[in-house]
Amino acid sequence: MRTNSRHRIVAAVAVTCALTLGATACGSPDPGADSAAKDVAAALEAGGKVTVWAWEPTLKKVAADFEKKYPKVDIELVNAGTNNKQYTALQNAIAAGSGAPDVAQVEYYAVGQFAIGKSLEELSPYGASGHDQAFTTGPWSGVKYGKGIYALPMDSGPMALFYNKKVFDRHGIAVPTTWDEYVEAARALHKADPKLYITNDTGDAGATTSLIWQAGGRPYKVEGTEIGIDFGDTGTAQYTGTWQKLVDERLLAPVTSWSDEWYKGLSDGSIATLSIGAWMPANFVTGAPAASGDWRVAPLPQWTKGAKAGAENGGSSLAVPKASKNKALAYAFVEYATTGAGATARVSEGTFPATRADLESQAFLDTPFPYFGGQQANRILADAARDVGAGWSYLPYQVYANSVFNDTVGKAYVSSTTLAQGLEAWRATSAKYGTDQGFTVAP
Amino acid sequence: MITDPTGVSSDTRERTADSCGADSSGAATGPQRPPATAPPRAAPQRRRRRAHTPLDPRPSIPLTLVTGLVLVYTLLPLVWLVVNATKDQEDLLDSFGLWFGKDFQLWDNISRTLTYDDGAFVRWTLNTLLYVAAGAGGATLLAVLGGYALAVYEFPGRRAVFAVVIGAVAVPGTALAVPTFLMFSGMGLANTPWAVIIPSLVSPFGLYLMWVFTAQAVPSELLEAARIDGAGELRIFFRIALPLLMPGTVTVLLFSMVATWNNYFLPLIMIKDPDWYPLTLGLNAWSAQARTAGGEPVFDLIITGSLLTIAPIVVVFLLLQRYWQSGLAAGSVKE
Repeated sequence: MRTNSRHRIVAAVAVTCALTLGATACGSPDPGADSAAKDVAAALEAGGKVTVWAWEPTLKKVAADFEKKYPKVDIELVNAGTNNKQYTALQNAIAAGSGAPDVAQVEYYAVGQFAIGKSLEELSPYGASGHDQAFTTGPWSGVKYGKGIYALPMDSGPMALFYNKKVFDRHGIAVPTTWDEYVEAARALHKADPKLYITNDTGDAGATTSLIWQAGGRPYKVEGTEIGIDFGDTGTAQYTGTWQKLVDERLLAPVTSWSDEWYKGLSDGSIATLSIGAWMPANFVTGAPAASGDWRVAPLPQWTKGAKAGAENGGSSLAVPKASKNKALAYAFVEYATTGAGATARVSEGTFPATRADLESQAFLDTPFPYFGGQQANRILADAARDVGAGWSYLPYQVYANSVFNDTVGKAYVSSTTLAQGLEAWRATSAKYGTDQGFTVAP
Repeated sequence: MITDPTGVSSDTRERTADSCGADSSGAATGPQRPPATAPPRAAPQRRRRRAHTPLDPRPSIPLTLVTGLVLVYTLLPLVWLVVNATKDQEDLLDSFGLWFGKDFQLWDNISRTLTYDDGAFVRWTLNTLLYVAAGAGGATLLAVLGGYALAVYEFPGRRAVFAVVIGAVAVPGTALAVPTFLMFSGMGLANTPWAVIIPSLVSPFGLYLMWVFTAQAVPSELLEAARIDGAGELRIFFRIALPLLMPGTVTVLLFSMVATWNNYFLPLIMIKDPDWYPLTLGLNAWSAQARTAGGEPVFDLIITGSLLTIAPIVVVFLLLQRYWQSGLAAGSVKE
C-alpha cells in the first residue's frame, strides 16, 4: 500500500516534469550562480544545524571534523535506514512536507529517480559544476541527470576480482583473466570439491547491470523523458552467453549476498571469488575475519582477452533535498565531505575514493592490506577506477526497476527460463512502468 | 521406571500418604512386619495412580503427540536463540545451530551488546520502556475508564459509541499507519516519541474487553448500594469497581504491553532518529549494517540482543499470568 502511494507520487511528479520540460530543464532553477556561492560562505559564517541522513559509517569522523572547523555549525548525523529503507523514508518525508533532512545519502543508481521527482536541489549554482575534474568518470556521471548536477560523489566502486588464493592454490587453478577462463575455473573448482563454488549468485540487479556495463552493453538511454530500454546489444549477449553456462551447470552457490550464509562462505572459502566494487575490503575485514590472509585482489576478468574494460558497482553520493531549510549550509557540508580534507579523512577510514586526487596519492597506492596478505590492493583498484567504461546511464526509476529484478530475471536462477528471457521480461516490466509514469519509452 | 522408588514423584507420595503413611517408617522398622506384604501394597498404589477422574483424564496418545509437536515447534526457536546467544560470530557461522560452540561467550556477548555503538542498546531499551509505560499504561488506563463508563452509565449515543468501537476493532493498525504518519507529520510530531506514544494510547479492543468485563464483573446492585451509602462516583470506581476489574485490567495491560513492546511498523515510519528507536528498530538497524559497504556485520550481537529483548516480556507474562487466568474464567460460573 505504501509502495503504491509512493509510486503515485512519483507518477504525478514525472507527469508534471514531462509537461514543463519544454520550458525549463526539469528541476533546475537558476538563481544566479554567484549569489548562491556567496550564500554558502555566508551560511558557514552564520552557522546553524544540518541534519544528514546517511548510513555511511565514515561520515561520523567527517561530521566531527566539520564541527571543529566551523564551531557554529551543528551536524546531526541520522542513520535513517540503509538503501531502499532510507529512500522510502525520504519520499515519505518529502510527500508529507516536513521532516526531510538537509543532506541525504543517495546511491548513484537512485539519483535519477530523486532528481526527476524534483526532490533534489540542483547544485551547480552553489559551485558543484566547478568540481567536474575532481571526480572519476563513473561517479561523476552518476550524480548528473540531464544537464544538472544533483549530488556530489562520496565514494566509488570500480569492480575488481576478489579471490581466495588459498583455495585456488590448493587445487592448482590459475586466477582467471577472462570470463571464459572464469567459467573453466568454476568447473575445475566444483569438480575438485563439490562444496566449492566460484561465486554466489541468486540474481542481483546491481551485479548484473555492472557486468553488462563492463561487457560494453548500454541497455538504458535517457534523454529527458524519452527513454530507451534494450537488452538486445552485443554486450548484453556476451554477458548472458557466459553467465548462462554458470547457471546451467549449477556452478553458482545459491546464496544471497550479504546474508550470514554469504559471510560464512567467504570465511570458509566455499565462495571462492567475488566480482564486486572496490569498497569490499572493509567488509572483508569485519565480516570474514577468519579468512584473513586467504584473499587477494586481481583485475576483473575481461570479456575479450587483453582488453582493459571496467565498470562501477554500487557507490553513493550526498545530495541536498529541495525540502532542506538551509540549502547553502547543507551544500557546504556536502562539499566538505566529498572533496578535499573531508574526502581524504574518509579514505583513511576505509572508504574507496571517488576523487582523482585521493586515487592518485602515493600514500593511498602504497597502503598495504594485512587482510590481503600485505598486498597493495589499491594499485589494482585505482587502475580499475580509470578503466570504467563511459556512457552508462541508469533509468530515472532504477530503484523501482531493481525491485522487480527478482520477479523477472531472478526466475532464470530457479527455473528453465534463460537469462536472456528474464532480461526481456525485465525490459517489458520496466517499459510498462515507465509508460505509466508518463515517460516515452522506446522499445 | 515405575518400580524404581526414586521415580515416584513427591506429590504422588503425598497423595498416597494418608492410606499408607506408615509405609516408609514401617520399612525402617521392618522386622515386625512380614516383608512379603510390601510388594502387594505397592501394586494398588500404582493402580490408584492410574484411576482417572474428570479432573485427571486418561492420557490420549495422539493428543499427547500433537501437543508435543506444538511444544517443540514453539520452543525450538527459543532454544535456538538461547544456544546461539552463547557463541561468538565465528562459531555462529561454523557450528551446528542447535548445540553449543567451542566457547561459552554469553556473558561476553551480553556486555558487548550493552556497550556496542556507544551503548545504543541500553538507550533503545529505555526508549522501549518509555513507550510501553506511557503507551501501554495509558492505553490500559483509558480502556478501563472508558469501558467502565460505557458499561455502567446510560447516556445518549451509547449505541453509536458501541458501533464505532466495534468498527475500530475491525480496522488493522497497519492500515492506519500511513494516514497517522501524514497527520503527525503535519502536526510536526513525526520523529518524536509522541508519534509512537499517542497512537498506542488508543486500544479499541481493550476498551471493548473492559466494557464486556465490567458488565460481567461489577453487579449494578453493588454500585447502587454504594450510592445509597453516600459514596461519590469516583470513590465507587476506585474503591469498589477497580478491585473487581483487576483480572480484566491485567489482561488488557498484558495485551497492550506485548503489542507496544513488539511494535515495529509504527516506530518504523514515525521515527528516523536512532536515538528514539525502540529495540525492534534498533536490532533491525544492526542487522542492516551487514548489508552495506563499510558496515560491520554483528550477527552475534543481534542474537544476544534479541534474547535480551524477549526476556522482559517473558518475565512479565510469567508474573502476571495468574491474574490473567482468573480473568479468563470470570463469569463462567453463576455464583
